[in-house]
Parts: sequence; structure tokens; C-alpha cells
Amino acid sequence: MRAFTLDDLSKIMRQAGGGASELNAESASISFDDLGYDSLAVLEIAARIQEDFTVRLSDDIVERLATPNDAVSVVNELLAGGAR
Amino acid sequence: MSARAAITGMGILAPNGIGNEAYWRATLTGRCGIAEITRFDASGYPSRLAGVINDFDPASYVPSRLIAQTDLWSQFALAATAMALDDAGVDPASVPEFTLGVVTASSSAGNEFGQREIQKLWSRGPQFVGAYQSIAWFYAASTGQISIRHGARGACCVLVSEQASGLDALGQARRAIRSEAQVVVSGGTEAPLSPYALVCQLASGQLSDSADPERCFLPFDASARGHVPGEGGAILIVEDAAAAAARGARIYAEILGYAAGFDPWPGSAHSPSLARTISVALADAGITPRDVDVVFADAAAVPALDRSEAAAIETVFGPHAVPVTAPKTMVGRLYAGGAPLDVAAAVLAIRDGVIPPTSGVGELADGCRIDLVRGVTRPARLRTALVIARGFGGFNAALLVRAAD
Amino acid sequence: MITGIGVTAPGGVGTKAFWDLLTAGRTATRPISLFDATGFRSRIAAECDFVAEHAGLSVAEQARLDRVSQFAVACMREAMADSSLDFGAPPPERIGVVMGSAVGCTMRLEEQYVRVSDSGRNWLADATKGSPALYEYLVPSSIAAEVARRCGAAGPVTLISTGCTSGIDAIGHAAQLISEGSADVMIAGAADAPISPITSACFDAIKATSPNNDDPRHASRPFDNRRDGFVLAEGAAVLVLEEAEAARRRGADIYGEIRGFAARANAFHMTGLRPDGREMAEAIAVAMGRARVNADDIGYVNAHGSGTRQNDRHETSAVKRSLGGHAYRVPMSSIKSMVGHSLGAIGAIEIAACALVLRHQAIPPTANLEVPDPECDLDYVPLTARELGVDVVLSVASGFGGFQSAMILARPAAARR
Repeated sequence: MRAFTLDDLSKIMRQAGGGASELNAESASISFDDLGYDSLAVLEIAARIQEDFTVRLSDDIVERLATPNDAVSVVNELLAGGAR
Repeated sequence: MSARAAITGMGILAPNGIGNEAYWRATLTGRCGIAEITRFDASGYPSRLAGVINDFDPASYVPSRLIAQTDLWSQFALAATAMALDDAGVDPASVPEFTLGVVTASSSAGNEFGQREIQKLWSRGPQFVGAYQSIAWFYAASTGQISIRHGARGACCVLVSEQASGLDALGQARRAIRSEAQVVVSGGTEAPLSPYALVCQLASGQLSDSADPERCFLPFDASARGHVPGEGGAILIVEDAAAAAARGARIYAEILGYAAGFDPWPGSAHSPSLARTISVALADAGITPRDVDVVFADAAAVPALDRSEAAAIETVFGPHAVPVTAPKTMVGRLYAGGAPLDVAAAVLAIRDGVIPPTSGVGELADGCRIDLVRGVTRPARLRTALVIARGFGGFNAALLVRAAD
Repeated sequence: MITGIGVTAPGGVGTKAFWDLLTAGRTATRPISLFDATGFRSRIAAECDFVAEHAGLSVAEQARLDRVSQFAVACMREAMADSSLDFGAPPPERIGVVMGSAVGCTMRLEEQYVRVSDSGRNWLADATKGSPALYEYLVPSSIAAEVARRCGAAGPVTLISTGCTSGIDAIGHAAQLISEGSADVMIAGAADAPISPITSACFDAIKATSPNNDDPRHASRPFDNRRDGFVLAEGAAVLVLEEAEAARRRGADIYGEIRGFAARANAFHMTGLRPDGREMAEAIAVAMGRARVNADDIGYVNAHGSGTRQNDRHETSAVKRSLGGHAYRVPMSSIKSMVGHSLGAIGAIEIAACALVLRHQAIPPTANLEVPDPECDLDYVPLTARELGVDVVLSVASGFGGFQSAMILARPAAARR
């Protein structure tokens, strides 16, 4: 299973909550909230990650997703651990 | 003295034209917006025609983050609202807080969004239902989104009475103006063309199975065989007339009278109530039948319903006594968007002194003793229009608009 | 004037069973039985033990009507009988109906979807596999139509669907139609039967419902510091409203008067609430103004109290803003602690409860309230019902879309202390 990249996340963010720009190193460390993705959008992003990458993001994990960087590292942890 | 409710802006999205003037030009030339449904493969259904809006680009009107969380129905509503506010010259931020309301009509709501989500649920599992289903499908979604987008904290409402919803919404907008609102975003839109919604409509037994876009929807015609569905609608800005005048607004027309009623159960002893509803609306307006210059009919195109509507018109006005028309023949029945679009057409007819035609209709059915404007437009001095709408299940409503003095 | 009440609520059939549940402080929340909720995040609901035959529904009616319409019709019948009004007496065009519903005929719509799509395998639904009543399930005005046909209404009939404020909004709208002279009698209420996979799943997706599946009876805990979401419920309530003079003339037994109603919106977020409760406070203030009551006239507040972390805090702020110091003296309780949150229906069920408060001079408690939340520091009537002389009641509601509504009811003048 390949790694989950910022590009993957960027595409999902666009589908889930709109927004035009690509994520880069700088914007990836900005909070979802500041990037204009509210709590519903973050839940939607989490739902799509689960769907497309076959990982399970529990309630606790979703609460830890403050920035795109967080999301990328958390998802890759789960993928590496073979979590479903 | 009650505040008077003025229509100061309109935003039309119709199968034969996006925008007020595009719609009106198309309508006056009899241009039909009905075509084969292409959004999905409809070839297996007995009814395959609909009034479809091509070339609607939600991104032109709605930010992408809202597109992700709304059904097409709400995108229509947001777009039409933006157009209507612009047309009215109303800046929501300048309307005193709590006096800007949103009262819309709803019928099948966010059915396509809902079908996508329910498909995920049943084909893959509940965890695949997304976060936006809770806000995109339900009947109040458009009103909620409009309220948020434009900062409308006044009285909001959503009325559902199928095709009569739009008149009920405008009647409620007028009520709000009389009690607490200065401006109300009203009217409604519809997007009933998901496969599941189409299957639901087929169950009503009222959809036309004709394959000819020009002759599929023939109200009052001897060959009437049902209607076709359509998408789109109209958002109207209803404003306190005095406040509108004070800000130098262009006032299209006043909502002069309104009434609603309900038809008894088939087979019951009571008689149909449409004639009475129209009479109550006239009384509410303080006018007589002679004062009405044109009638925009509900135009169900179901023979029994056509006869019943024609009979009601005849009872109130006399046979062939007032011009009647149904430009919805060019776009279909738009349900929550239908009556608002008819009101918008009535307003434009009054403005331009011309009655739009009912397209496709030839010989009238027996018992329809109405002066139906067919084929081409009819110039006329128009001051007052009656709009009739009936909703599946027995709902009926009548609304009168009159030119601003 | 409220002259008749009919209630179908979790925990017992009919108005009397409903009031008994409320005064006993019993909860009707339990594991979901209406569908197999394996795999769902929240597997709790407050369900109605509804027996259609007992509610007078024929086999044909049961086949054709969605559960939500069956609830509505059952409540309509109870309310009409309760009012003792001869519905054949007023001219039919002076009788109207306003029903509220948030999600309409969602159970049948889902059930039929499964059949016509072959359990979601086909995007192109099969028109030959659906019920002949499918269109009635798609457009929820059918709920109002079913009621109107049976009560002989030929006046204004409509359905209001404003999410979780549908019930209070429908009753407010009906009262307005009477006071403006468009009708003399209104059947007004709301119904929702949302306990089905799609509705449960959509609330799971936003984590709005309580996942406290190991303790369903205590899962709905408004204002409690441990609260973790609302419990989905079903139910309905219908009232008979009559023009005041006509009600008095015929010697009707009047529960109370709808004295004021107001609806506002927060224009903030479809589901989120700011903690300051400004717009709900505004709705309350306007309703009070219309009712010509001051804060200290209010003897009881029937809260929205859904049990989500944000709602209960938002509502507490709103009540403090609008009632000032009196907020700390007036008892306020949430019956959702006992009958769950039935979306659009609950607003009408709560108004029915308010009318019963005025009749019986007692207030229901907030069940399950054991650990106070420091941010929710009002008197929420924990655990035990209270006998109390009450002349004026405030009911509030809040819903998706940002809608905030408030209603003031008062005891009929003759009955007041």
C-alpha cells in the first residue's frame, strides 16, 4: 500500500470542502480552521480518507487532525501499522 | 394599516433561460426548454423528458466549499438569490439586523445528494455516509444556506405543499413584511431529476409519457396526458413597499392578495375548493374579478384536473372572460420552483404589457371554456395578474400581483 | 387557544401515558429495535411502541401511510376527541391544518429505495419495483394532506419543514393563521419517524448523537457535564387550536393560550452554534414582547436541551441574555432527557408538554442530570418532577440551518391565581 501524500490530501480537501489552491509545505502546517475548513469539512475529509485509503479514523484520531501535516502523518502511521 | 409587500427583485433559473431577461426572451418567442434527460440514462423509463437547465455552472455563483456541501437544488437557490438581490439593489448588510428573512418553498429537496449518500450506505455501509448528508438533503437546507450566506437573521421558514408551496411561501413573505421583516428572500427552486426522484414522480401517475418535447405537456388540450418535470425556479425579493420607495428601489409589483385552501378527499360530499380560494384571494386584495387582466394557470395537464381548474376560473370570471396562459408548457412543472417562476413571469408580463403564450396546445378539451393564449404572445394592458397553483394531494393557492402605481 | 391534545411519544401511547412518563422522570431511551443497528456509531433511540390497529388505522392505511403519517393521524384523532369540538359544525374552509416534519417520510423512502435500487447496486432506480405511494413519500406535504382529509379541512393546509424547529414553527404558524382571520380552527402539530439507517448514519457522520450504547437509558443527559450528544427519537403531537372567542362561547376546556411566537436565525453555520446565544435570545425577547410578558412572569422554561455539548451551553447563554437575573430563578427542564430528540416532531411534543404543565400545574424534570456542568448553572429541575403554580411558560427550539424559535403559552385568564 503506497503512502498517503500531501497531494492525495489536497485532492480530498478540494472534493470535501472546496478551495482551489494546492497544499504546500507552508500551508500544510496551517490549521484546517484557518484554511477555511470547518468541523463538518474535517469530518468529511476524514470520511473520504477512510473510503479511499481503507483506514479507520476513530473519533479520537479525528480530533487530533488539526493541520494537513497532522492528517498526513496520522494516516501514514495507520497505513504502516496495517490498521483497518 | 398593514405594510404593503413589494417585489423589488427577481432571479430566474429556467430550462429555457438562465437570468430574467434570457428567460423572458425565450418565453416570449415560445422557445422550449424541454428535452430528453441526459444527466443519467433515462431510456428505460416511460417518461424521459424534462425541463433541464443546461450550462448552469454552480461555480459562477457559489463558492466551491458550498458546492461540496449542497445539492444542485440549493445551488440553484443560492444562485437565484444572488441574482435577485443584485436585481433588487439590496445589500443584505445594510438591512437592519433581524429584519432580513428567508422564506422558501420546498418539495423534493436535495434528492440527488441524498441518493448518492444512501447508495453509499446500502452498497458499502453506514460509515460511508458523509458529513454533509445531515445538511444537504433536508427540506430546509436551501433556506439555511441562503440565511448564512447573506447574514439573514430575521424570520425564516420553509413551506411544503408541492406545487402550491411557492405561493404559500410568498404569502408567508407578505405576512412577515406585515409583522417584522423589511426584506424577505422568497420563492423557491427545485432539482427533481435524480433517478430515484424520477421514479417517485412516475408513481404519481401524472407524468406525461410523450416523446415529443413540443407536445408532451398540453394543459387544457383535448390530448392532455400529464406534465413533465422541470428544474430551476425563481427567487423573489419581497420588501416593505414604503422602505423600498424610500431607498428609490424599482418596484416591479405588489403582492396584493393571497389565499390557500384544500380540496376534499375524492368521493367526499364537499365540492372542490379552488373557486373559493380564488374568491378569497380577490377579497383579500380588495378587488373584483373584472380587475384581473390575466390568469397564470396551474396547468396540471391531467384531464380531470384541467376541467376542474377551468371550471373554477369560469365560476369566478365567467366563460372566456379573462386571458389565461401557462408558459410552464415550455419548461415543465417546477414544483417548489414552479409557482415562483409563474409569479416572475406574471410580473414581467405586467412590466412589458404582453401575455406569454401557452406553447404546444391545440384544440381545447371539452369543458374548458377559457380564453387560453396559445401560439404567440398577446399584447395587452396588464395591471393585475392572478397566479394559481395546486399541489399534489389537494393543496391549492391563489396569489394576485399588481403593477406598482 | 389550545383545546385538544394528542401525543404519540416514546414510553407510552397517548397523552396520559406521555404525561405519566414525564412526571415520573422515567426515560424511554433504549437500544434501537426498529432496524439492525450493528455497525452504527450510535445504537440508541427513543422509539414509540405504536400499534397501528389500536390507533384506529385500517390495514389499507397501514400499507399506504409511512409511519410518520400514521403517527400524525393517530394524534389528530386523539386531539380532535379531546377537544370535544364538533368538526362538522364550522364551515370546512374555516378549518385548516399545519403540520411540521423535519425529515418527512424517510422510513418508507429508504425502504423503497432499497427495493428500487436493489440495495444500492443500481444508480438507475427501477420504476417497476416501487410502491404506488412513492411520490407521497418523496414530498412530505402528504403528511398534512392525510390529516386534512380526515378532519374535513378545506382551509389553508400546509407542511412546515424547518428542521428541528418544524414543530414549534408549525404551531406558531397555525396560531398566526387564526389571529389574522384566515381560519377559526387549526389542527397543528408535527411528526417525525426518523429511526432508520440513513438518518442514524448521517448523525453518526457528524458525531451528533450519543455513542453511549452500553447505557441507553441514561444516554440523553441534557445540561449534565457528561453529556455526549442527543438520542434520536420518533413521535408526534397534534393540537386543536381555536379562535379565542369561539372557544369560550362553546365552553371549550382550554389548556392554554398561545400568546407569542417568534422565529429568528443565527446565519452562522448549518450545524454549529456560537456560545453567546444571541439570536435565540432575540427570538425569546420578541416572543415575550408579543405576549406582553416580562421575564419574571415566566414560571417555567421548556428547553430545547438536546444534550449536545454545544446546544446546552448556547441555550443557557440565550436564556440568561433574554431573562436576565430571572434566569437563575425560573426552573428550566428538557424532556428530551426522557423522550429523546425527534427532530421536527419534538417541538410540537414540547408544546403539548407545556400545555399539560399549565393544566396540571407541575413541571417535568430533566432526567439523568447528576453531574452539573459549571457552564450550565441554572435550575434544570434535576431528576424529580415538581408541583408548581405556573401561569406562563416559555418554550424554545433550535435546529440545523441556524433556526431559533420561541413560544410563550399562558394559562387561560379564568384559571390563573
